[in-house]
Amino acid sequence: MNTSTRVITMEILRYRPEQDKEPFYQQYQVPFTDDMSVLQGLQYIKDELDGSLSFRWYCSLAICGSCGMMIGGVPNLCCQTFLRNFYPNVLRVEALAHFPIERDLVIVMDDFMAKLESIKPYIIPDKPRALSEGEYLQTPAQLDLYEQFSSCINCLLCYAACPQYGLNSKFIGPGAMALVHRYNLDSRDSGKDQRMPLVHSEEGVFNCTAVGYCSEVCPKKVDPANAVNINKTESAKDYFLRFVAPKGGAQ
Amino acid sequence: MSARRPYLRPMDGWWRKNPFFVEYMVHEGTALFVALYALILLVSVTLLANGEAAWNRWLAFLISPLCIVIHVVLLMAFLYHTWTWFNIMPRTLPPILVKGERVSAATITRTGLAVTAVASLIVFAIAWRIAS
Repeated sequence: MNTSTRVITMEILRYRPEQDKEPFYQQYQVPFTDDMSVLQGLQYIKDELDGSLSFRWYCSLAICGSCGMMIGGVPNLCCQTFLRNFYPNVLRVEALAHFPIERDLVIVMDDFMAKLESIKPYIIPDKPRALSEGEYLQTPAQLDLYEQFSSCINCLLCYAACPQYGLNSKFIGPGAMALVHRYNLDSRDSGKDQRMPLVHSEEGVFNCTAVGYCSEVCPKKVDPANAVNINKTESAKDYFLRFVAPKGGAQ
Repeated sequence: MSARRPYLRPMDGWWRKNPFFVEYMVHEGTALFVALYALILLVSVTLLANGEAAWNRWLAFLISPLCIVIHVVLLMAFLYHTWTWFNIMPRTLPPILVKGERVSAATITRTGLAVTAVASLIVFAIAWRIAS
């Protein structure tokens, strides 16, 4: 490891709504060592160079999902990305793509929060269960079905990677769909019928054109593209099977 | 009054900004070549139904240098489309279990490509045999 201090140029997309008409790039000279993340670079700027810079962060361990941004044009968590990988080039850091910028690197995530709520991201049991009945039992095979999709940390990198979401933000999007899939696959859950109307809808899975970049950038290997595309099949089956076996309430 | 003024960036030229998106647009673009070949097949079948003279005129057109160049271009586009299609295929499938183990993405892609290659060779062999 190189322990010497070098200086990298970080070019940050700034936006201060009270004084800027639109975002602009501002460069900072940031001394760094090989063990410094992009997040630490931003913290250096805020502490030493320009206290007005705004960005979200929390755990620095790629667990909380707060610090997603475009790093060198690619959606990533700035806490798990190292400055050394970009030196000696200018490192461009921008707010996550496809979301409105609230200020500097902070995005407005209201749209995702509403979507997250709309998919009922919790276990909906078949019938209320008394404490005396004990815990739910689940086999390792049942867990394996959904475990990967339960790793989502809501960091929104997949939305920043999804051009279809960028072009039409009504699309429910990869992250929320991965969570729909996660709960639908859970043996303890019976809420699939409540979630699927959204999957079939205009805002649902068929906005996806299988670009696949969402799964490439996912820091937790959730593979949201897989969840979306499996549900295209589910949605198509639902559409065609209703003619064969009509069910109550079919639309 | 709120000082909030969220700024939404335009999407102009989005696919040129990332090599992944450029590749995506190219592989989606090759679908047009697949559609073009489907049209050629459709025309062939229609002309075959129109009798021997029409069919022979079509055959003569098919072996013209221009047509052969078009077919070589179509073949290249097909190969690229096939390659990228099978690469994305594992992302579209539910887990496939063999002896309790998940089949890996790489195995799904390789199997798809192998089946395509074998099927193509069989069709080619049949066509070759009929032609000779």
